[in-house]
Amino acid sequence: MSYRIGIDVGSTTLKTVVLDDRGHIVEKSYQRHFSKVREMTLRHLASLEPLLREHSLKVAVTGSAGLGIARDSELEFVQEVFATAGAVRRTAPDTDVVIELGGEDAKIIFLGGTLEERMNGTCAGGTGAFIDQMATLLDVTPNQLDEMSLRAKKIYPIASRCGVFAKSDIQPLLNQGARKEDIAASIFQAVVDQTITGLAQGRKIEGKVLFLGGPLSFLKGLQLRFLQTLGLEEEHAVFPGLAPYFVALGSAYYAGNLSHQAAISYRQLMEQLQREPAKTSATHCLPSLFESQEDYIDFKARHDARTVEHREMASYSGRAFLGIDAGSTTTKLVLLDDEARILYSHYVNNGGNPIPVILEQLKLIYHLCGDRITIDASAVTGYGEELMKAAFGVDFGLVETVAHYTAARHFDPLVDFIIDIGGQDIKCFTVRDGAVDSIILNEACSSGCGSFIETFAKSLGYDIAEFSKLALFSKNPVDLGTRCTVFMNSSVKQAQKDGATVEDISAGLAISVIKNALYKVIRARSAEELGEHIVVQGGTFLNNAVLRSFEQELGRNVIRLSISELMGAYGAALYAMENGRETSSLINRKELAAFSHKAVAATCHKCTNRCPLTVNTFADGRRFISGNKCERGAGADEAGNLPNLMGYKYRRILDSIPEGNEEKTRLRVGIPLVLNQYENLPFWAAFFHALDCRVVLSGQSSRSLYMKGQHTIPSDTVCYPAKLAHGHMEELVEQGVDTIFYPCMTYNFDEGISDNCYNCPVVAYYPESIAANVESVANTRFLYPHLSLGDEKFFVGRIYTILRDAIPDLKKSEVVRASKAAYAAYADYRQDVIAAGQTALAYAREQDKKVIMMACRPYHVDPEINHGIDKLLTSLGFVIVTDDCVAHLEGKHPYNVLNQWTYHARMYNAARFTVEHPHMEMVQLISFGCGLDAVTSDEIKDILRRGGKLYTQLKIDEINNLGAVKIRLRSLLAAMEEREVTVHA
Amino acid sequence: MRDNNGLMVKPLFTEEMKKTHTILIPDMLTFHFELMKGVFIQHGYKVEVLKTKHKGIVDEGLQSVHNDTCYPALLVIGQFIDALKSGRYDLDRTALLISQTGGGCRASNYIFLLRKALEKNGLSHIPVLSLNFSGLEKEHSMPLPPKMLVKLVYAVLYSDFIMGIYNQCVPYEKNPGESMALVEAWNNRLLEQMGGPLFVRLGHNYKAILDDFAAIPRDKTDKIKVGIVGEIYLKYSPLGNNDLENYLISEGAEVVNSGLLDFLMYCVYNSIHDKKLYGWGGMRYHVSRFAMWYLKGRQRGMIKAIRGHGTFEPPADFASVIDMATGYLDHGVKMGEGWLLTAEMIELIHSGVNNIVSAQPFGCLPNHIVAKGMIRKIKDNFPEANIVAVDYDPGASRINQENRIKLMLANAHLSQSLEGLAQREEGIPLDALEAQAKREEDSELEVSTA
Repeated sequence: MSYRIGIDVGSTTLKTVVLDDRGHIVEKSYQRHFSKVREMTLRHLASLEPLLREHSLKVAVTGSAGLGIARDSELEFVQEVFATAGAVRRTAPDTDVVIELGGEDAKIIFLGGTLEERMNGTCAGGTGAFIDQMATLLDVTPNQLDEMSLRAKKIYPIASRCGVFAKSDIQPLLNQGARKEDIAASIFQAVVDQTITGLAQGRKIEGKVLFLGGPLSFLKGLQLRFLQTLGLEEEHAVFPGLAPYFVALGSAYYAGNLSHQAAISYRQLMEQLQREPAKTSATHCLPSLFESQEDYIDFKARHDARTVEHREMASYSGRAFLGIDAGSTTTKLVLLDDEARILYSHYVNNGGNPIPVILEQLKLIYHLCGDRITIDASAVTGYGEELMKAAFGVDFGLVETVAHYTAARHFDPLVDFIIDIGGQDIKCFTVRDGAVDSIILNEACSSGCGSFIETFAKSLGYDIAEFSKLALFSKNPVDLGTRCTVFMNSSVKQAQKDGATVEDISAGLAISVIKNALYKVIRARSAEELGEHIVVQGGTFLNNAVLRSFEQELGRNVIRLSISELMGAYGAALYAMENGRETSSLINRKELAAFSHKAVAATCHKCTNRCPLTVNTFADGRRFISGNKCERGAGADEAGNLPNLMGYKYRRILDSIPEGNEEKTRLRVGIPLVLNQYENLPFWAAFFHALDCRVVLSGQSSRSLYMKGQHTIPSDTVCYPAKLAHGHMEELVEQGVDTIFYPCMTYNFDEGISDNCYNCPVVAYYPESIAANVESVANTRFLYPHLSLGDEKFFVGRIYTILRDAIPDLKKSEVVRASKAAYAAYADYRQDVIAAGQTALAYAREQDKKVIMMACRPYHVDPEINHGIDKLLTSLGFVIVTDDCVAHLEGKHPYNVLNQWTYHARMYNAARFTVEHPHMEMVQLISFGCGLDAVTSDEIKDILRRGGKLYTQLKIDEINNLGAVKIRLRSLLAAMEEREVTVHA
Repeated sequence: MRDNNGLMVKPLFTEEMKKTHTILIPDMLTFHFELMKGVFIQHGYKVEVLKTKHKGIVDEGLQSVHNDTCYPALLVIGQFIDALKSGRYDLDRTALLISQTGGGCRASNYIFLLRKALEKNGLSHIPVLSLNFSGLEKEHSMPLPPKMLVKLVYAVLYSDFIMGIYNQCVPYEKNPGESMALVEAWNNRLLEQMGGPLFVRLGHNYKAILDDFAAIPRDKTDKIKVGIVGEIYLKYSPLGNNDLENYLISEGAEVVNSGLLDFLMYCVYNSIHDKKLYGWGGMRYHVSRFAMWYLKGRQRGMIKAIRGHGTFEPPADFASVIDMATGYLDHGVKMGEGWLLTAEMIELIHSGVNNIVSAQPFGCLPNHIVAKGMIRKIKDNFPEANIVAVDYDPGASRINQENRIKLMLANAHLSQSLEGLAQREEGIPLDALEAQAKREEDSELEVSTA
């Protein structure tokens, strides 16, 4: 008989299917290959000898890691999505859509109607590997994650774009004490959302849907999320038992179509598979970490000498100071004596739940203290700071950057650069004249730091210590590039294909973490730029391979202390020592014994942000609410009501619909409140009002409004403000307006401060994308003419022609009048904003408040886009002014960029303005995916730096969590205060 | 160097430097840039087109420009900095040339990013010239006297012409390398002719070129035709697109690639369209009308020559390309490749090339709209369209890109052989197959327990 064999070599697993002449499956297998792709394939086929020996075989290989094997063994290769489609056509031809999630790939195939096949983009997690990573983060197995998800009561919004983003969303939730069950379901929901935006790209998933791949067949919770989100009836959703084997099955079918010459004997197959891999390698190698054994010994000796003094606790009596670093994945504690010697320290993975860890530790510490030692003061830093303060009565909370500086300064008073690479984040800053000069935190997109290496080690079957040791003596470290972890995964895949060893991969990962930090986060050119006295810290630097590659990349030796991973806690303890009062408010022994804690999820309804809250209740009935962005959610009243131009502009825009709008009947004109409309609405509202038309606004942005349009987004890497437009359009269509008006505007107003007055490509042309992708607009008249408001006379003529169809009895004279009203309304709006800015600045001067000059686009005032950053700022005591309030005061200036975008021209001028004013710093809001800001941010930074100001950049996305933003802003505040002290001293 | 206002001091490229300085040009269009280089040399410049393609270019780019900058900028600047640091050039006698479109996307800022990169690397004394038609960088523009401009246009015409014919020849050539050898021979011949009366005899040369290529022994097997559209640098540059064209050829495809002339006409057309949308008449409008008339005429000449010869397919008439965008997006979409990219996809499909690779830099702003944004609508109207969008950036791995392209190719092959498919696509219905597999498993269990 002749057999058909399909071999599917995926990124993490190996699958095979053997079909006989009748098309029956006589053998199938599914196993993890731990990157030993070739060996595992060979071993598995060897085990099939009794079955295969007597038959003639036709073989086809598929899968993301299968290409190399196919090439080396001269076996037929078939692209995996193509193979899947073939299998589906043969076994379930009535299928409309196939969704397949694999280890690192996600695919969708539309069979009903036009055939369309898509794979996840180069920037996309949302796959099996992503789920594995998230399970690791929660310290459970994927199966446990699945079970937990079925008990969920609440779904949190978790960024669905890629694993790194989701991680930075989940971590704060964990630290705030959210239920793991809810998080588990939220993770699955993120995968579903990713599939819809990332893969379906505007095509509706409906009809009979076949779900394939490992995760979708093993994880019931994931299935459930798909069913509910897509609104599928049971009979329309098929989860076949053969799901994990489908690609291999398709590959076997494909093999069957091969010519007769392709049939080979079992012996020949084994011979072909054993052929040496071709040495044509597309992977680049880097120099090894150590040239010789001696180099390594020198290196080790140098760093091992950096120890910190300890003191035996049992023999000590007197005062002590406690420092806690409640980090993202780990909890660190340090107890110091009155000479800053370490009495006790502890470092532990908190499994996403820090409270029990600290509870247990405090009990132990009190036990060890006995009656001899009293804890005089305590301080906490890190993500879990506020919760710990509430739970355990810790005296002080300080922002991480300050804690790290305090510690580093203690060991090297001349320290001028500190870099901390932790599990989730990179923090670094320079120190100039004894004050923190600039703080750099990693953006959510490159935070694949320590925990990334760890997860990777695990996926290859090693523990982290063993894995990092392997790196030290790699001969040819693999060059893995410097982007986010998802990219690295595929680079590793390629390296494995090219025969890289685990040693080379481990070294390559260490090097890429460092390159990421240096070139992606810090963006340094040379060691000189960083500093002379560099202190490195954080758990990741305990990995000698990482430390070595850092020194190698800089060409300079750095200081790593033996307590590298404890520096935050050490700094906190020092801070407690310096600032300690008479008595500590730290929970006492008796209270500790009675301590208990319960966390419940809730939603805040005090404003449109709808923050998801976690309500923590303690034994004594105290409550602590986390997740809130402002103080209102935590029960406080509106914080001080400091002037906030972002909030002002938002209200002003919403109020720009003229009175009497409701009575107008000539035409109901829908205007989506998106992108540039956040500035142009006063213009259009007045214009249509003057034409006796009623203006209907799409509602305020929200997560649910976004979801409404999510399925029509064609490009998943476009910025969130643009993505929101899809929801706004759906909403307008639902409201049943006569016409939707959303013009394409290549040009903005020329404000006389720039060389040209373009809008960005997305703002300019997004209506075109809407027209081509939002199907429902076909049900209404959608007008999206290309217009410029620059020349009033020309505008009148042009808009008249455009509107004549929609308003048949339109007269030119009306249009002239309406245009006048529109231009006047827009001028009023700008005047009001400028005046409000002046008022805010005057208030800040009188009340001696610090001012944040916010460099942002008009649409950044949307609370769904800025996630309440303005409220966070005012709660920290800042007055907020926006760039458009002051840009005109600076006139036209030359810059080191082509100054050609109206919105950005304002930012450059506002940066100049900031430089000229004391007690003022600039914060730039950048939407993820905004290409223009790669140009603007460097120039703004340059202007500020030359003027002696700090540069703070906040990257925002659909991520609803302000954890990292908060660190930045608190660090900024601390730096401003520190600088003012230095100036006054 | 910075002045008191913190502005970069931009060294001028003086008249004397023509003799002393070598001007470096980044690689993009291999055929075109060689001929264009000839024009510069004839006008007294010393010019070199960079041919480097090693990994260090990306690293230099990553270190010298903001990492979120588009990939083409990163490569162009990386290639420059890498060359300057290579030791191959006298840094006091080297200048750089970079193009600037003046449009609303980031590309117009490349020249500033390049200057910043030079400053970062302590090379700010190196003069940078801008090649643009928008009146930008007045003191730093490459002067383009009419005579030189005409020659440049001719260089583009010849290169487009040769590229189009070469693409139709190379997949079928019986003796590998023959087509490329002919390209080189013709390049040399045209360089010799340049400035002389023969060079401007387009029709004459066209015919000779066609005859030469037609004489190459070819195997007329049925190949899959694949069109390449995309951001202009990635569409053409082998450094940027991982040698896409040769990859497709090695996978048994014939590449269909529109010429640079189309992009030039697109830019000119936009200036004409501006009058309708924004009322901008005046000099620019009239010059553009003339340029359009002139270029269209040259293109028709080219088409006529190829059609008349009868062996190869001519490029699409630009007038029809313009029409293709109608019903998809307005011609007001003019940033990046704008409406042209969409129009080219539809034009390809109309001319029977259903398989298309859209090469785009990761995060390219105009591409959200004109490429990814339009694919849905194109697929709705042309179910046979087989379009794959491929993202390029420093971190994207080649295997990932090739995998996507492979899928596109597999589907192309499938639809080509759809006839024989029906009887070969036999399988057991899913329910039955699962039951069978289950039985198989159970019987194995019995065997092993027994």
